[in-house]
Amino acid sequence: MIIVLAVLFAVSILTPLFFSWWGRSTFYLLTGILSAAFLWTFFYLPVVIPADQDAPIGAPNAPPAEVVSWIPQLGVELAFRMDILALVMSMLITGVGAAVMLYCARYFPRGERGAGPFAAQLFAFAAAMLGLVLSDDLVMLFIFWELTTVLSFLLIGYSAHRIFARRSAIQALVVTTFGGLIMLVGLLWLGELAGSYRLSDILASAAELNGTAVDIALALILIGAISKSALVPFHFWLPAAMAAPTPVSAYLHAAAMVKAGIYLVARFAPGFYDTAFWLPLVLGLGLLTMLIGAYRALRQTDIKLILAYGTVSQLGFLMMVNGLGTEDAALAGLAMLLAHGLFKAALFMVVGIIDHNTGTRDLRVLSGIGAAQRPLLIISAVAVASMAGLPPLFGFVAKEVVFESFYGYAEVNGTWGWVVLGGVVLASALTVAYSARFLWGAFAAKRHPAGHPAAGTALPQTQFHHHPDAVFLAAPALLAAATVLFAVAPQPLQQLMEPFAALFEPVDPAVEPTYLALWHGLTPVLGLSALTWALGLGLFWRRGRNGRALHALPEALDAERLYRVSIRHLDDFAAWVTSKTQRGSLGWYLFIIMAVATGVPAGVIAFTGHTIPGHFILAEGPMQVVLGVLIIAGGLGAVWAPKRFIAVLTVSLCGWGIAGQFALQGAPDLALTLLLVESIILVVFVLALRTLPAGIWTQNPTRFRFGRALLGAGFGLIVMIAAAIAMDRRVAEPVSVEYPWMSYDVGHGANIVNVTLVDIRVWDTFGEISVLAAAATGVASLIFVKRRDVQRRQLHEVPTGSVGRVLSDKALSPRQAKEVQVARSFATVAREAWLVAGRTLAPEHRSIIFEVVTRLMFHAIILISVYLLLAGHNTPGGGFAGGLLAGLAFVLRYLAGGRYELEAAIPFSAGALMGWGLAVACFTGVVPLIFGGQAFQSFVVDLQLPVLGEHHLVSSVLFDVGVYLVVIGLIVDVLRSLGSEIDVRSEQEHRRDSAGGHSIHSQTSLGVAR
Amino acid sequence: MTINLTLLVVMGAMLAVGIYLLLERSLTRVLLGIILISNGVNLLILQTSGRAGEPPIVRDGMEAGDYLDPLPQALLLTAIVIAFAMVALLLALIYRSWVLGRQDEVTDDEEDRRVAATIGAHDPEEDADVGTETSEFIDAVDPATGTVRSVSPAEPRDDAATALTEGSRGAGES
Repeated sequence: MIIVLAVLFAVSILTPLFFSWWGRSTFYLLTGILSAAFLWTFFYLPVVIPADQDAPIGAPNAPPAEVVSWIPQLGVELAFRMDILALVMSMLITGVGAAVMLYCARYFPRGERGAGPFAAQLFAFAAAMLGLVLSDDLVMLFIFWELTTVLSFLLIGYSAHRIFARRSAIQALVVTTFGGLIMLVGLLWLGELAGSYRLSDILASAAELNGTAVDIALALILIGAISKSALVPFHFWLPAAMAAPTPVSAYLHAAAMVKAGIYLVARFAPGFYDTAFWLPLVLGLGLLTMLIGAYRALRQTDIKLILAYGTVSQLGFLMMVNGLGTEDAALAGLAMLLAHGLFKAALFMVVGIIDHNTGTRDLRVLSGIGAAQRPLLIISAVAVASMAGLPPLFGFVAKEVVFESFYGYAEVNGTWGWVVLGGVVLASALTVAYSARFLWGAFAAKRHPAGHPAAGTALPQTQFHHHPDAVFLAAPALLAAATVLFAVAPQPLQQLMEPFAALFEPVDPAVEPTYLALWHGLTPVLGLSALTWALGLGLFWRRGRNGRALHALPEALDAERLYRVSIRHLDDFAAWVTSKTQRGSLGWYLFIIMAVATGVPAGVIAFTGHTIPGHFILAEGPMQVVLGVLIIAGGLGAVWAPKRFIAVLTVSLCGWGIAGQFALQGAPDLALTLLLVESIILVVFVLALRTLPAGIWTQNPTRFRFGRALLGAGFGLIVMIAAAIAMDRRVAEPVSVEYPWMSYDVGHGANIVNVTLVDIRVWDTFGEISVLAAAATGVASLIFVKRRDVQRRQLHEVPTGSVGRVLSDKALSPRQAKEVQVARSFATVAREAWLVAGRTLAPEHRSIIFEVVTRLMFHAIILISVYLLLAGHNTPGGGFAGGLLAGLAFVLRYLAGGRYELEAAIPFSAGALMGWGLAVACFTGVVPLIFGGQAFQSFVVDLQLPVLGEHHLVSSVLFDVGVYLVVIGLIVDVLRSLGSEIDVRSEQEHRRDSAGGHSIHSQTSLGVAR
Repeated sequence: MTINLTLLVVMGAMLAVGIYLLLERSLTRVLLGIILISNGVNLLILQTSGRAGEPPIVRDGMEAGDYLDPLPQALLLTAIVIAFAMVALLLALIYRSWVLGRQDEVTDDEEDRRVAATIGAHDPEEDADVGTETSEFIDAVDPATGTVRSVSPAEPRDDAATALTEGSRGAGES
């Protein structure tokens, strides 16, 4: 079974490929495969019929089954089991499926583009449906169930360009998925109650399963079945689903998919028909559906819709019979299921042929087809007669048994039984009437109705474009022939279905079990049948030809309207919930996140036992306390500072204070690095934000000041407590006790921190410098947008005093204008410039003292940075500190001499610097591999230099060189982006705005060195 | 392990002020908040190395435990430099936001506002009444003539059209 299913799904996946090769002839292949599957089911006959139908898998004389474990932890397995019910359904699915595929080979035009995926979906549906009926595992059953739902959605929406098709597809999906999800709850609940997800196990232990929980679980499962089989109040999706191509209607919405609900009822009925909600739901809704469906079918003018509402009606009928839970009803239900599949699929195919050849399905337009298309008429007459329950057809045979079982049920159960029987007879009469209406509407020669201008005259004869060929007619003809065949020779079916019926008790021990036959003798049931024919034909004769003569159902009962209103309310509710939770305010989300991050650890700390830490010291020394106060003051200053730069300064104060703490704790590397970083951050901050207004004002001042303060304090407190508890409970020896000897003997360096960075944990550092390069690229791309290395003018082309010149004094106050003039007078230099590009700056921006200091210090700083880099292996320093210091030197050059000075100081692309840095780092990683070592393994090279004497060169120092280059690249990139480029932009804007109007730049960028 | 109260309190204060600033609307303050939070976290990592010790430069006669634990220091060094890169990136973002929108604030998401506005709104296509179609082949091309097939070839076009609209109306009503 598993192999067959797998093959079917595989073929479905390959179908679009076949389609691109063979076009619509692919349908012949699919027909062949499904026919083979149909024949395959016959091989099970001799095994399944004598088997013990209710024996679970593994029991002696159990029906054939295959089990593969899938998720053993959850008890989910690929369990398939072939009993009578599954066998009958499999035959219906594969048999009708093969016929539908054959029909498709003519239904679709030759070059239809969408037909490939369509064929794949239709074929996959056959596989999914087969999987559904074979599944013996509740979870697998549900998966196949939903698979059929999804495929039905795709197939209904085949004509995706039509609103009606799209809407119908979504409607069918929503309704059946809704039912499916409710069913899932019921299935899982039942599985938990029974302690097994094996369907056969659950049914075998059904006798022990009782109580309200089981009742409710079964009711939930029934809701799934009812929604799938389109019973009231879910019936409206099925007529709308007629937007699908007719083969789909014939297969999914008549013969196969809608039968899934019936199948489910038939599957659970042997064990659970006596639960509290079963019979009221099945009989009540079934009868209501049967009546409403049949009544509405009588009013339709579209022959396909007559069939659709007829199907709704018949599904109610089937639900009642299959759910009744008596021996006779089980036999009748299965027979009726088969009969309905045969005649309804055939009729849909006939409708498709008419639509295909005339371009309409409107019975007020169609006229006189019967006379011209004899074979079609014969096929339809047979199928319609079977639908109406006329002898000698299988529909009649099945309906006789159904009446028989309801009659027997009524005799035993009294009033309610008679009510049900009466309802069924009435609905059957309506069925006869709409059957007649269908045949008349599709084939009869008609006259214009009263009220038409040409009332009374004959409608024009409807012409077929083509004569439907034998292949097109073959499928419905075969199905109609089967209807006759099973009526004449019902014994094989009787033998097949008897073991299933034997699962049930007879309604009364005295009642003889019924059997399938054309002639039972002159029984009251035959009288009932005759009554339905007479009533039905009379109704058709009086009212059936004019649908308007019948009253429409009141609007309040229109389930589709109800559906649309509820979907709209659901949409509104979803939007409401979204607008309440997804408020669009980042601050709000952060607040929630931080509140959770505070609340959850607080709860954990509060509700678990902790001892108060015993070892406290106030501080390592008084200096630490002083610095601590300074740091906190800096932090609070950032909150109260009214201006950006004051806030930045106070935050820098924190950084310097923390650098001091590092030094006091005994971490000189950290102190050095943090000092350098803080200095550079300060400069970068000022450079980036100089174009923004000085004051931190906002258009929407942040609210909830108190709440935020409370949250901040709470979070800080929780981290303090958590840190104290964690540190107090530390038991393990730190891994780093091994570091000193490792760094000295293996890493060949005395500075443990540095060796850790470039050797012990070198992969971390390698990752970090990659991040640095990425961040620098990010900065550059945010500022330059297009390309990083903008070609600047050559230094000698730049006119003296042109950079950052205040072009007009108009925007300045008299006091500012005077300041500018004084600054200009100081900036005139007589002698050669101290810096190469100093002359390019506008006089008001020059500071000669700054230029001189820069001139004196630049080379010294660079030398120190190289020293830090090389000596860092043994003394505080290293690639990071060295790189930062060198970067600081370039910051000095830029601040003193402007952007041309920066270009003169470092004529390389920042990207190239970082790229070389990464390359060097990679190189030190890869070289040891070449010599058979591990990546990044250090080695020592002893050099005997003539003047400098003996030297040890450790390879990891080379890695530090890579770090050094990356850090310099980062800082240069940041300087060029946030410094030079913003300079250029503000100057351009300045020039534009100098003619008139106030620019933000002209007011804020004054006084900042360019 | 001994707990240094000063470092603990300073860390808590940094985090508290940092969270407070992080929740502001002004982007500059948010960035300052991030810097303060990273300061606080740095102090937390520093505390895990325990009491103050000797600088971790290997010298003779020292026990491994005499040095200040070098592992947190290596982590911190990495963290400090990464924080610098992040600050630079955020600064560039703030500048960009200023250039593009002339604002340096965290603004509310317009898309979310739009979602809130859809409550009770009607989609015309969703809500339109569409009649049932009475053929799948209305717009099919007739292979014989190469033209779009008329609704009912048996009748004149306008007649067929009225019949069709009547049909769809009837189906819609029922």
